Amino acid sequence: MDAINLSSNVDWNFIEEVAKESGQNPSLCYQCGNCTAGCPYTQYFDYPVSQVMRLLQAGQKDTILNSKSIWLCATCETCTTRCPCEIDVAHIMDTLRIIARRENRVSEKDIKLFYDTFLDSMKQFGRIYEVGILLAYNLKSGHFLADSDLGPKVMSHGKIHFFPKKIKGRDKVAKIFERFQDKAKKHD
Amino acid sequence: MIEREYAYYSGCSLEGTASEYDASMRAVLKELDVNFREPDDWSCCGSTPAHTVNHVFAAALAARNLALVEKIGLNTIITPCPSCMMAFKKAQHGMTKSESFKNEVNELLDEPYECGVESKSALQVMYEDIGLDAVSQRVTHALPGLKVAPYYGCILNRPPEVAKFDDPENPISMDKILLSAGVEVSDFAFKLECCGAAFGVVKREMVNQLTYKVLSMALDSGANCIAVACPLCQQNLDLRQGQVNSTTGSSFNIPILYFTQIIGLTYGLSPKALGMDKLIVSAEQIIRSRVTVEEMKKRTESEAQVKAKKPEKKTVIEEAKPEENE
Repeated sequence: MDAINLSSNVDWNFIEEVAKESGQNPSLCYQCGNCTAGCPYTQYFDYPVSQVMRLLQAGQKDTILNSKSIWLCATCETCTTRCPCEIDVAHIMDTLRIIARRENRVSEKDIKLFYDTFLDSMKQFGRIYEVGILLAYNLKSGHFLADSDLGPKVMSHGKIHFFPKKIKGRDKVAKIFERFQDKAKKHD
Repeated sequence: MIEREYAYYSGCSLEGTASEYDASMRAVLKELDVNFREPDDWSCCGSTPAHTVNHVFAAALAARNLALVEKIGLNTIITPCPSCMMAFKKAQHGMTKSESFKNEVNELLDEPYECGVESKSALQVMYEDIGLDAVSQRVTHALPGLKVAPYYGCILNRPPEVAKFDDPENPISMDKILLSAGVEVSDFAFKLECCGAAFGVVKREMVNQLTYKVLSMALDSGANCIAVACPLCQQNLDLRQGQVNSTTGSSFNIPILYFTQIIGLTYGLSPKALGMDKLIVSAEQIIRSRVTVEEMKKRTESEAQVKAKKPEKKTVIEEAKPEENE
């Protein structure tokens, strides 16, 4: 972790942006650390969640959006459940991910790729095709053998089907994607 | 129980890697005389990936399904997968709380959702609607020697104002349901600790380490089996248990059963009907240990008789001891 000069690189608009998009008030946080104490992922974070909250109060947009923490958060809701100020911390983390995505600054590219592969499958078939997602992710990420050890296990136990289930209304699901993308473009 | 009809949304996992959850869920609901119908042509709920893109978009993907439920005239949906349930509950919560959010969501949909559907986990339906008495009435079999750690996972009960069921720090519904079916449960401190969720493929080692903690704590609680209510928890604990062993140098061999499979076993349902053969860590020993409630009663009675006789013997031995010494 690097030392951060809090007086430089301050982006006051960012605080406003996150507050508005998440519907939460980050200034309520008094740094008790309860969220970090309960966070199952904190040992993998570059900035513990309570520090993300402090960085947010200090308008440190770059540090936050470049952090791994916002992508390694699994939205397990422990922080939200335990925050004494009733801040929906997990929702703020989610909002930060969304902004990082929008500004094309994603520190954990593989996690985003996995999510995108999931959504592609959904858009195409209307439902998720687990085998297809794994194969597509392995190809696109270059991690060709990720979880290949599990293949024989799921196959011998008949846990997978070999073709995607396509729903009749998959065009309607695809339309939700398209309408959202059109709307997002208009806002840019 | 009041006669009522539910909608049932199995979700994508239950069509694939978690087909045994679907099979055992349907079988147990049928035993409990729960009427349910599936909305026609349901789609994926959007799960975790959608809410990392945009909250209106995520709610729309979920709400398409809730609108389908409204269309068939039902107002409660049983959602076995906590990830689907949370997607539905968050859509419902956001859309009922804010008119503008609701409008934005409906702008993305072909047919608007009017917020008339409550989603419930199967645990909630069994605990609140069916009731523990009805759950225990169907029991025909016992599972001697089994001690289960009830594992709820992270989002079944949290955050409380969205989940609106059970306790967010120490949930008890699964404990009570299993106890009602005559199953022994352990006092498990890691009931809610996250298993690593959807990061299994991308961050395998991290997930294996998180899962290791859950498995260790279950063993420490004296359990020899873990009950789950989530396809992702099951996958991380069962399918990846071999990975956990090779990553952490451990040698776990703990069967991970859906709570509906355990209930189904106590209802005398066939292992095949409950998809027991789909489990990676074998549950064969649990299946073989199963006896009828009558048989179990006889066993307990004869054990009690043996116990009742034992003290007499003990006094004889104690009396005999000094003689031996002499």
